[in-house]
Amino acid sequence: MARGPRPPPLFLRPASYRQRRRRDAARLLPVVGIFLTMLPVLWAPQDTFSRDTAPDGIYLFVAWAVLIGLAMLISRSLSAPDDDDDAAAGSDQDFGR
Amino acid sequence: MPFNILVLSCLAYVIFLFLVAWAAERRADRGRLGWLQSPLIYTLSLSIYCTAWTFYGAVGYAARSGLEYLTIYLGPTIVFIGWWWILRKLVRIGRQQRVTSIADLISSRFGKSNLLGVIVTIIAVVAATPYIALQLQSVTLSFSVFASPTDEGFAPPGTEATAIWVAGGLALFTILFGTRNLDAKEQHHGIVTAIAVEAVVKLIALIAVGIFVVWFMADGPADMIARIDTSDIADWNLQPGRWAGLLFAAGAAVICLPRMFQVMVVENADERHLATASWAFPLYLFAMSLFIVPIAVMGLERLPSSANPDMFVLTLPLAEGQGALAMLAFLGGFSSATSMVIVESIALATMVSNHVVMPIWLRLRPSRAVSGDVRRLVLLSRRVSIGVVLALGYAYYRMSGGSTALAAIGLIAFAGVAQILPAMVFGIFWRGATRIGAASGMTVGFIVWAYTLFLPSFGPDAVIPAMVFADGPFGISWLRPRALFGVATMDPLLHALFWSMVLNTAAFLIGSLLTFPGPVERMQGAAFVRVFDTTSGSPRGWERGLAEPEDLLVMSQRIMGDDDALTFFETEAKKQGKAGYLPDPTPDFMARLERRLAGSVGAATAHAMMSQLAGRATVTVEDLMAVASESAQIMEYSARLESQQEELTRTARALREANEKLTQLSIQKDAFLSQISHELRTPMTSIRAFSEILTEGELPPELVTNYGRIIHDEAKRLTRLLDDLLDLSVLENGSVQLNLGLANLSQMIDRALASASHTKPERSFIIHRDLPMENIFIRTDADRLVQVFINLISNARKYCDSETPELRISVRQRGGRVAVDFIDNGSGIPKKSQALIFEKFARLTDQTRAGGAGLGLAICREVMANLGGTITYLPGQGGAAFRVAIPLRLERKAA
Repeated sequence: MARGPRPPPLFLRPASYRQRRRRDAARLLPVVGIFLTMLPVLWAPQDTFSRDTAPDGIYLFVAWAVLIGLAMLISRSLSAPDDDDDAAAGSDQDFGR
Repeated sequence: MPFNILVLSCLAYVIFLFLVAWAAERRADRGRLGWLQSPLIYTLSLSIYCTAWTFYGAVGYAARSGLEYLTIYLGPTIVFIGWWWILRKLVRIGRQQRVTSIADLISSRFGKSNLLGVIVTIIAVVAATPYIALQLQSVTLSFSVFASPTDEGFAPPGTEATAIWVAGGLALFTILFGTRNLDAKEQHHGIVTAIAVEAVVKLIALIAVGIFVVWFMADGPADMIARIDTSDIADWNLQPGRWAGLLFAAGAAVICLPRMFQVMVVENADERHLATASWAFPLYLFAMSLFIVPIAVMGLERLPSSANPDMFVLTLPLAEGQGALAMLAFLGGFSSATSMVIVESIALATMVSNHVVMPIWLRLRPSRAVSGDVRRLVLLSRRVSIGVVLALGYAYYRMSGGSTALAAIGLIAFAGVAQILPAMVFGIFWRGATRIGAASGMTVGFIVWAYTLFLPSFGPDAVIPAMVFADGPFGISWLRPRALFGVATMDPLLHALFWSMVLNTAAFLIGSLLTFPGPVERMQGAAFVRVFDTTSGSPRGWERGLAEPEDLLVMSQRIMGDDDALTFFETEAKKQGKAGYLPDPTPDFMARLERRLAGSVGAATAHAMMSQLAGRATVTVEDLMAVASESAQIMEYSARLESQQEELTRTARALREANEKLTQLSIQKDAFLSQISHELRTPMTSIRAFSEILTEGELPPELVTNYGRIIHDEAKRLTRLLDDLLDLSVLENGSVQLNLGLANLSQMIDRALASASHTKPERSFIIHRDLPMENIFIRTDADRLVQVFINLISNARKYCDSETPELRISVRQRGGRVAVDFIDNGSGIPKKSQALIFEKFARLTDQTRAGGAGLGLAICREVMANLGGTITYLPGQGGAAFRVAIPLRLERKAA
């Protein structure tokens, strides 16, 4: 395959490596979100009599705040200049074909 | 509170919003965007997600079903913190393809198919109907709760009358607000800012009520928690199915709701704002939902059981005698309803006009579409659509009886717009998604939703007979609307959501797997799915040279407006290395123009209009090859070669132009030299002849006077010619002394018209002027500028060949510059000469010699250069047209 002068390097520089892992974290965050919001479903069946709306609510709001905090940290670190390998990240998925 | 004061305060609030919008738009017009494009404004504008449903309905929802209301805000939170997956891609696609609405996105993705645009528009309009009804219902309820029953001032009219007034007022407000400018990519800065203000108002109002409840009615958070545990709300149990289903529906709705798409994608000014919104918008939702349960608990505790829990936010402060707080809450609710209605109806109106009205009109009268004034039609259809959307909302409100809980109505709308989700998500991630798949998926989903949720929401026997509910249509029991395929135990909402999404996705996948996409569809699919892959430009199917650039310009002016079209064509021409307003119709340029037009009238329509001029949307063999060979490597390599070649082509074009100009100039110069020697010789000869006769003497005195006058006249002619030449050389050297001062443009034009009337005084001209626009003070050298005006006007007087000559002088101000156009109704200047007229000694034809040596326009150009402005020829104005552009304030050059 004629792909140009030289193939892309197998290992990345540390800065680019960190950048990619931060993106992975951004991709992972909604999964964490789904897990945290679906957790109360697992508590539900056994407690028909105990009154736990307040603790449930507090749990949900705390989980919510944690998610917001994480999202803020990740989005802050992602908005650092990254023009360098934006194209490369996009082609991550495409090289598989 | 008396009803009339309530109405007055609403009006005052609306006027205040109007002023905010107006001020923001003014600021944006002046180019000082600044904080108007900050991430804060972007995040706040996203908060139109929180409508009156949130403001009033969430409390009612909490009072009826406990913590379940949180799903409505947790769903969007998950979508936003997961922005890297979907939202980032949507925003990038939206910006790259100049998407105007969610219908435009889907239609564009699947080969600019208008059918899909229509389907999405129908889904969006129908699903929005209950949602708008919800806003009308909540505002009407809040009026009836808040207005005192005693008849001070007006008596409050009945709820139905109030609803009509509210709907009408909102329609008027939205039309005034939203349909003033056309290009959606110009972005509604005014509206976005007004919405941001409303977001702050509703947040403050809700939090104020919350603080009052927790710290003044109860004794702080600990006491509040104890009260929650003893209240009826604590009996609530989480239903796993509903919990998951509602999370999904809310998450889908935040992407698919037309108004959310409008503020999130269409109004987005900078992709980085999304990074901020990814945590700031969930934070806003968090703050909005924090006090919902306390307010609901306190309402259940203190208010009589007959009180509508949907109105607790308002009735609780009222019952405690806190009039001011209640007023704040009332305005907060009013805010949430108005902002939702404004943006939703604007988004829907854009969709209706771009995907329903325009295509029909194009089909009916294809020729008018290119030449007629499309802007007025588009604006008119948007205004009518806004009215229709609100009328539909009102009709739903009347039919559903206005008695249902707010949250229940809202959820119907959520499930409806969720039908767009599969087509959208698969469309941007899977290249195999096809038009037929998308169309069948959405149609099936929409029908199932309407049958199982929307139509039943009017109640048994309203649309669907009660018998069908019990036994199914024609007695087929597994088709009962609330128990499709025998699934009878599910909650109706969940049942509808489950079946519509399952059948929708299944139809979509089967349709996509079985059909083969067309070429345009495949190209668009590749461009959407690989939007971050910068190397693959999307190849488009426009063939070179089929369309005349002048025709394209005329068409674009109709859609984009004269100024924008001219600016766009000028920059495109510059990009190709050409001067003037007419770029070559290269495929690249055509693709960019199409995308730009799509920003005004939607992708499908823009494509159709371009096809009118450029012939069929041809897909060349190369394009097909590009589609067939999906190897990214080859594309990448050839892209690099292509860009090099493009660069070469551009240089070559510039060189060719320069060469042509030089050759022509050299010919012109030779011609001029013989011309000028001729011009100098003629007066010289007569001066010499007559002075010889005079020196011989012995002539009668009257002959001496006569000969003396001839000599004097000829000497004057010589001097004038030499003066012109001298003037030109001084101007060219830049050593000219400018006499700067403030001068009124209108007076300058008056002076120029007066002076120029000496040229060919026998021709009477009709002059069209725009006096109010001319009334501008400019800091410049007035005498020099008037000289330019005189020259242009006398030129028009000399060369305009119309029977009834007319001259239009129009002035417009943009940024720090003033443009004065002089347009006559003659035959104009042929295209091949347009590049030369500003050169020295250029004269179009020899037989139209009207004195002067062809220096006039050359001097004008130099004068303008010295005044920091430009003078250019405007093609395509139906006559010779010149634009003089001058800076408003010319600063003295640092010598």
